[in-house]
Amino acid sequence: MKASNQLWKEQLREKMPENLAREIDIFETEIALRKQGKLDERLFAETRLRRGTYGQRYDNGQRNDGRKVQQLNFPSGRLTKGPNTMWDAPGMQRIKIPAGGLNAVQLETVAELAEEYSDGIAHVTTRQDFQLHFVHIDNTPNLMRRLAAANITTREACGNSVRNVTACPYAGVCQDESFDVTPYARALSRFLLGHPDCQNFGRKFKPAFSGCSQHACGLTALHDLGLIATKRQNPETGREAIGFEMYVGGGLGAVPYQAKLFSSFVPPDELLPLAQAIARVFARYGEKKNRNRARLKFLIQDLGIEKFRELVFEERKQLPFDPRWTEYIEQALESAEAPSRSPGDLPELVTIEAGERGKEKFNNWLKCNTRPQRQPGYVTVTVALPLGDITANQLRSLADIVRRFTRETIRSTVEQNFAIRWVSKTDLPELYRALDAVGLGDAGSGALVDIAACPGTDTCKLGISSSRGLAAELRKRVSEKSFQSDEAVQKLHIKISGCFNSCGQHHVADLGFYGVSRKIAGYAVPHFQVVLGGEWEHNGSSYGLPVVAVPSKNIPQVVSRLTDRFVSDRRSGESFKDFIKRSGKTALKTMLEDLTRPASGDRSFFSDWGDPREYSLGDMGVGECAGEVVSPLDFGLARAERELFEAQLEFEKGEAEQAAKRALAAMITAAKALVQLENPNIGDDHDRIVSEFRSRYYDTQKFFDPFAGGKFANYLFDAYATSAQSHTSESSRYLLDEAQLFIDAAHSCSNRLETPVTV
Amino acid sequence: MADDSGFLLSQMMEELSVEFQHINVKLLLHEPEPVDLEAIVPIFHSWIQDQVSEDLLLDVASYGHVKAGPGVVLIGHEADYSLDHTDDRLGLRYNRKAVLEGTNQERFERAMRQALLALERLEHEPALQGKLRFNGRDIEIFINDRLIAPNCSDSLNQLEQELRKLLAKLLAGQSYSFAYESDPRRLLGVRIQFGRDFTTVDLIKNIGPAPVEQVS
Repeated sequence: MKASNQLWKEQLREKMPENLAREIDIFETEIALRKQGKLDERLFAETRLRRGTYGQRYDNGQRNDGRKVQQLNFPSGRLTKGPNTMWDAPGMQRIKIPAGGLNAVQLETVAELAEEYSDGIAHVTTRQDFQLHFVHIDNTPNLMRRLAAANITTREACGNSVRNVTACPYAGVCQDESFDVTPYARALSRFLLGHPDCQNFGRKFKPAFSGCSQHACGLTALHDLGLIATKRQNPETGREAIGFEMYVGGGLGAVPYQAKLFSSFVPPDELLPLAQAIARVFARYGEKKNRNRARLKFLIQDLGIEKFRELVFEERKQLPFDPRWTEYIEQALESAEAPSRSPGDLPELVTIEAGERGKEKFNNWLKCNTRPQRQPGYVTVTVALPLGDITANQLRSLADIVRRFTRETIRSTVEQNFAIRWVSKTDLPELYRALDAVGLGDAGSGALVDIAACPGTDTCKLGISSSRGLAAELRKRVSEKSFQSDEAVQKLHIKISGCFNSCGQHHVADLGFYGVSRKIAGYAVPHFQVVLGGEWEHNGSSYGLPVVAVPSKNIPQVVSRLTDRFVSDRRSGESFKDFIKRSGKTALKTMLEDLTRPASGDRSFFSDWGDPREYSLGDMGVGECAGEVVSPLDFGLARAERELFEAQLEFEKGEAEQAAKRALAAMITAAKALVQLENPNIGDDHDRIVSEFRSRYYDTQKFFDPFAGGKFANYLFDAYATSAQSHTSESSRYLLDEAQLFIDAAHSCSNRLETPVTV
Repeated sequence: MADDSGFLLSQMMEELSVEFQHINVKLLLHEPEPVDLEAIVPIFHSWIQDQVSEDLLLDVASYGHVKAGPGVVLIGHEADYSLDHTDDRLGLRYNRKAVLEGTNQERFERAMRQALLALERLEHEPALQGKLRFNGRDIEIFINDRLIAPNCSDSLNQLEQELRKLLAKLLAGQSYSFAYESDPRRLLGVRIQFGRDFTTVDLIKNIGPAPVEQVS
């Protein structure tokens, strides 16, 4: 789609890490294969999801325009990028940012991509990722290359894989942490990325790290794998040792689960192997067919934490030693952050222009957006992003700012903001001026006005109500009186999800909302279910109480009524959570009862915030969060097809020798996919793969074609036995044909076999 | 021996010339009082309902909450239209996304025409009561592809040459001045100020009707 699409690969060849470059080349080949109809749409869907390339609302080629359902006649016609997903339909690209850590160049790169491939906006998510919307799939390989050149990957940002490893953005500078979890989060992220043991999950797997148990910054309680830094006395040496409390099986979704304690102390050198063992157990025993029960939390519920623990430790014993378990941590420990400026104090006489109003703004910003570090003389500054959105120009300005005041580093946060760490207190007025000049100096970080929302009906296929529309409206209303309101109200959290899937984390908000719909007088009316009294602190340790569904247009009144009542009725020192608990569901429902009905004769109730179209559920589609459950066999055979395709391209370029080698590699890949059905840990040794293929599929005749018998298997055996010989153009051509026949036979064999269920 | 250096030079220039794609045109607006960007949202939705453009129009994204941002964007397949507030300068922006065939000049003319037609439509939008109109003399042109057109002096010289041809037609020989974006990280772009005021209608007339062309 972009004029430069043919040029970036060559341009960036020397700048990309080899593994990332190869991975993107593979994806580009898969795109070509899909366009030629040589790759199944279901398989392609999962493969693009594992590269972070999501579908978006209306990608089925239809859109309700408020009057009628319009057919969107895209130029690529009926070509699809997944079931019922049109090729040309704009999509979302998620970009993984492990532990939220970014540098100035990476900020500039994301700015360029937002401008050139999206709509000028980069969106920070509740899991520290970036998302770019309205991206054409043809542009994604180069988008990924430009990220790779800045050492960022999109791999496994979506799909049934290990998602972004999140971590407390104050790790390393927080006054209350046990120790800095950043190196461990980075090591785990690196270790699990593309790990063979993480390729056969029934659903996603989300890890999170926190430096302490009392704050919310890591939200470990709602993750599949939650790790909280801790210390204990070594009974033998008497020395203090660091480690992690390990929690498993947390998750939000329609029915939220609190993570369960797996181990009260995991030493650092056991962190990666235990995570690997957990991944293996999840892959082996986790649900695959029913995606509604495929998250780790359901497996733990079914097995019980004791049995799950037993299986994991059993698996841990079987794991072959891997030097990366400690190497990755040692390497990550070498790159600790440090300040670029001397520590200092806030100047006594701070001159902020724009008179009293300017001073008040600065003071509010100081109060809400700065946080003292454990290192004296330094603070962490939070840059509040409205709804997590930031423009390309702002990203570049932020890059300039972090270059000027820090060692070029910054972190994204789970509250959809940025944290600039290691700011000398002396620099605060200048830093504020620099941020304010580019529209990033708003106060209110972590306050009532700092509302988190998922994309909802703006772009998500599952969205029921407009979470961002509501968030924008509440933000407008709340910000007008934010700093005049009662102190107890200022610190409340509002979080909004467009549906029950909880991407806006409404369960852990004081005032949470998730989209639902109701019929009134025969018409669909957008509503939000009101969820009250969740706990954001203590890593999101308790979930809110669903009270009642209210029309979207009445939600601002719900917020003002509840906050007013909290101010007037609360007991001394009472938290909002406790106030909600004391009030009880019945009283709360009664309090909101009149708001559950639209105002009589007001047609605006039949449309949603920020969207004037008459409300309809007609645009909802099938979500891709869960991805497609594709078996490792299907993946393996698709990989073999792709390798053979690359071999054919090499042959066409006159590289007969290389083409022959790759054709043989494609056959071995197909054979391995079949062997893995019976021996998941077969590994990559070719001798072993060919030998086990012979014993498991040839000797048993399982691979035999009903008419040709073992002929196609012999293509593999012969090619492997003669692999040391050189190839002419003619012999290479024969081998390519044989490889194709062998892979076709592997597909046939796969169809004949009843794939064993691993549950 | 014949002196063919002139021919060789022109051939070299041809080979070195940038093929400008992904042209953005922003027409700056007269803004006597702050405009509520939210008022544009239903208007852009109605453009989708009526598919008013030759481009396939898909969706509306509203970023009114972001300061100096893209404002309200009408997402299309071939091009986006937005009431853009980048750099705190409000304007109607046309962002060509799909590759276009033809000469550079044809592409610039097409982008300019599409932007002008969209602005004319907004100017006549009853719901806006004439509050939004072209300021008469400021436009911005960007190339939204850093690889084919990096923000450097070479590509700027070539862009300027192309724009002189475009402006000769658009302004019917009237004067204008250029200003440039100096930050090399930003898109290659030029701000153009006319020597006198023009209306949208004047400019549409000058640029002329669309020729038959192919879109790839």
